[in-house]
Order: sequence, then C-alpha cells, then structure tokens
Amino acid sequence: MAGRIKIRAQKKGDITEVKALMRHPMETGMRKDEAGEAIPAHFITEVAVFHGDQTVMQGHWGAAVSANPFLGVRFEGGEPGDTVRVTWEDNQGGTGEGQTTIR
Amino acid sequence: MPRGYGVKTVFLWSVCLALSLGAARVPADGVFDQYRDLMGDDNPAVFVIDEGEELWFTAQGPKSATLEACDLGLGSGVTAGAYVRFPRYFADTNEVMDVEARLVHCMTTIQGRDLESVTAKPYSLRGDLGTEIEALVTWLAAESEGETIAPEQTHAAEREMYVLGEEIFFYRAGPHDFSCATCHEQSEMRIRLQSLPDLTSHAGAANAWGSWPAYRISQGLVRTMGWRMRDCFRQQRWPELQMGSTTSIALQTYMAVNAAGGVMSAPGLKR
Amino acid sequence: MRLAGVARIVGLSLVAGSWTSAAEDIVAVLESSFIAKNQATMARLQQDAVQEVCSAPRGTPVEETVLSELRQQRLDAVVLPADGVFLGDWQRGAEVAGNGRGLQSSDDPTKPNGGNCYACHQLAPDEVAYGTLGPSLTGYGARGQSEPMLRYTWTKLWDTHAYNLCSHMPRFGAQGILSEQQLRDVMAYLLDPASPVNQTKQ
Repeated sequence: MAGRIKIRAQKKGDITEVKALMRHPMETGMRKDEAGEAIPAHFITEVAVFHGDQTVMQGHWGAAVSANPFLGVRFEGGEPGDTVRVTWEDNQGGTGEGQTTIR
Repeated sequence: MPRGYGVKTVFLWSVCLALSLGAARVPADGVFDQYRDLMGDDNPAVFVIDEGEELWFTAQGPKSATLEACDLGLGSGVTAGAYVRFPRYFADTNEVMDVEARLVHCMTTIQGRDLESVTAKPYSLRGDLGTEIEALVTWLAAESEGETIAPEQTHAAEREMYVLGEEIFFYRAGPHDFSCATCHEQSEMRIRLQSLPDLTSHAGAANAWGSWPAYRISQGLVRTMGWRMRDCFRQQRWPELQMGSTTSIALQTYMAVNAAGGVMSAPGLKR
Repeated sequence: MRLAGVARIVGLSLVAGSWTSAAEDIVAVLESSFIAKNQATMARLQQDAVQEVCSAPRGTPVEETVLSELRQQRLDAVVLPADGVFLGDWQRGAEVAGNGRGLQSSDDPTKPNGGNCYACHQLAPDEVAYGTLGPSLTGYGARGQSEPMLRYTWTKLWDTHAYNLCSHMPRFGAQGILSEQQLRDVMAYLLDPASPVNQTKQ
C-alpha cells in the first residue's frame, strides 16, 4: 500500500544509523503496458529524515530510483529513545510517513 | 566512503538501480549482491506479507466473509505451518491442490466470489504493487518460516501426482526441445550468469522450494513458484502455464517432495 | 482455469527393459494446463520422435537399437548449404550468438531469432557472461576449416542428435530456429581466425 515506511534506527558509537524501506512503485513513465499505452510516471520526488525537530536529510528523487526504495542515512548524534521520522511526497501528490525510536 | 563535515555529519546512501536486464559484464549477481548487503535482513517483501495478512482477515465477496474459515489442510483457519505441507489432497474437492488452487477454492466457496474474476489476473505485471493471490501466498509462506518442508504423500493421489510431475519434468517439447530437465537436472551449472539448481536432487530442490516465493529485485515484486514456472515455460518456448493447473500442481509436488526435509525460508530475496 | 480431478495413474511402462512414455495421458494433462499465447501455440506440446525418445526420466534405459536408428535418421535428414558455402560473416554471427530472443510468446515474430549460444557456452574469451551447460567453444577455429570439419560443425548446429542423441542442445537447423544465412554466420563466428572466439583474452 502506498504510504508505508518501515524504519529502523540504531545508535552505533557516535553515529545513528537509520534504515528506511518504502513502499512505492517508482514508475518511471517510460514504460508501456501490454496495450502499448505509456504507464504514467509515479515516483517519489521529495524525501526527508527528521531527528526530533531537526531535519537531518532532505532529498530530491527522480525516476532513476528503483521500486520499493531502500534509504540508509547516518548522522552524528541522537540518543536511544529519540524519535526519528521519515516522510516522502510523490509526483502525484501522494505522501508517506513513518517513525521509530532510536535503539 | 566519503566523510562529510560539520556539526551534524550526514552520510547518505541510497540504492539507485537502473537495472538493465541484458547480460551484464559483471561477476554473477554483482549489483544485486551490493543491494543484498545494504538491505541486511530487510526485504521489501515484508510489505507484501502485511498485505497478505490483511487480505486474509478482510471480508469480501457476496458472502461478505473473511478467509478465516479456509482449511489449508491443518483445520479451518490454521495458517501456521500449513504452506510446507503443500501440495496435498483435499477430501472436500477430491483433488490434490497447491496453495494457489486452494486459495481460489476458499475465495469462491467461502467468500462466494466468481471464479473468472478471482483467476483473471493471478500474477502482477511489472509496475503493479502485487495481486491478491501473490500477497496471500507470500504471507502463508512466511507463516511457515523455519518449518520443515513436508508435502503430504500419504494419499495415493499425492503419490501419483509426484510420478506425473517427474514425467512432465523430463518432457521435451517446443521448437527448442526444452524440458525442465534441460536446465535443472544437473548441478553446478549456470545459464549465462544465473546459477541453476538441480531440482532432481534434494539439495537443489530444498534450496529452490525453500526460497520461493521471493522478492525479485529486477521486477520490484514478490513472485510465487507458480509464476516462476510460468516464466520458465515462456523461456522454453512453450505456451502459457495456468495457475492451479494439474501440470503446475504436479511439478510443485515433484519439487516439494524432492525438497522434503529442507527448511522453509520464504519470502526470499532474488535478483 | 480448470481444476483437475484426481490424476489418472500415469506410470512409466517398461517394455523389455526399455522406456516408453504414457504419452496419451500426459498430453491430455498438458492440454488442460496450458493455453496458447501469441506464437506459442498448443501444437508445440506434441512431440516428434526425438523429443519422445529423449524424454525418459533420468536413469531409465532406452533401447540401444531405438537410439542408433534415430541417430542415423537425424544424420540422413541434415540439410547442408545448397551452394556448398559454409561460412558467412562472423560479426553477424556474434549477434546471433548473443541474442537470446526468438519464438517465445513474448517475442516479436517479425524479428529474426537468435541462437543464444552464450546461454550455454563460453565463446569469445573476453565475454564473461557465459553459461556452462555446454562445453567451452573458445578457440574453436583451431580445428581448421577442412571439409569434414565444416560438415561436422554444420551438422552439430543443424541437428546435434545426428551425433549426440538426446543432447540438451536445440536443433537450430532442423527445427527452423535459425536461417541458413544465420547458420553460416555462426559458423564463421566459430571458425574464422579473425573472430573474437579465436583471439587470445585481452
């Protein structure tokens, strides 16, 4: 289902490592279906990772990212128990969000 | 790996796979190995597992019923450990059935849904997020994670199905004279760079049977064994294998029995 | 989709120590299990003599007279190039060797078929994406271009069963997979000293 994100965040030494698996078809818009019609483009355009209130990462994605994208981010700081949130928007106005606590 | 600077150092890696399906000039699996390493224990199939579970408990059809009354061989509604006992004989249909055929049976009888519409699109096309049957099969396979592969072979019909499966396995046909055995009766072989399990042997069969259904990275989808066989036959230049057909059930019986004793670990992650 | 009834007993009937298939039963099962798709018609499920004899499950013996008669028939049926020209263009042959398409339900029937040699064989030493189902053909040209070698190589491509009955290799000539010109081009890819197959690894 569009919108789901599975997130894990783990403190490793001074670094917090975040892994996020997103459910999205990431359709490039270049492919044709069996009837020869172009399949409409449907891909994530903006993705962001937050640690508490702070924006840790912002990304602009495009059609080159594959289906069900897997994102890994490491940042300095963070403590077990802190909240990490990942959000995305796509070119069709869809959104996704997920959050977890750092372990 | 580059290091950033500043108070909050951000290191980012994301997987951008511009996959081309032509033969790559890389060692076997190459970029797919990198993907697997990055994923670690993760597998996009986890979404499909959740979706399958939801579907099981969703009321559908004219009878507005969930699939909770569906008997997968271990009693009504018992899903844990059911997948590893397939294919198996069912007295209520007087047939040996694979998981897909059994699900279709439950959808049509318990939920009252129309056979044509339930079977119209068994397998996703690339770009879909998955079909209902694929999601249910994925969840059911996960419900047998770690279990011993043990297809039923107590009923005469089940044993006949094995014999039939073996004969079909070796049946050469089509302009290229290909059978399943052409690629799958020898060990340590590969086609281009894709390694080929020997499905006539226990080790090869256990490896294959235990790792399907699987998330196919190149497809962005979870694919079932039924789909895998359909695609094999396409590459063999045969016509199209139908989901839940006798041939599908027979070949799965042959593989599952050869795999018996192995461990179920699906959904897997494949190129 | 038709859900099958309990399978009829399909066994292997052993006649005087050799294997014959329960052919009619299995064809009925296959016909109920498949549907035609594009160029992959149901007629493809009917076996000819080679396919039938070569479908014995592993370990079941096939009578030696049956094997040698069939091998001779296949040899007699080989069609050599009418003008006696065995060799074409190795560059076109390389394309045929690398092309895995042709005759699948997903393929365009108006396009030429490939030979897909690399699926099973090593050929040019710099090409790492090769299969191992068949022996390596790297350096095949060292065998030279004597008339017997040209005829032997052509026959292997045309119908491998003329020499090696029940080999896994497709019958590129006898089954009409490749045209006469494509076969000549593949011959050149194998035998022309200038072909990459016969160069040393870079």
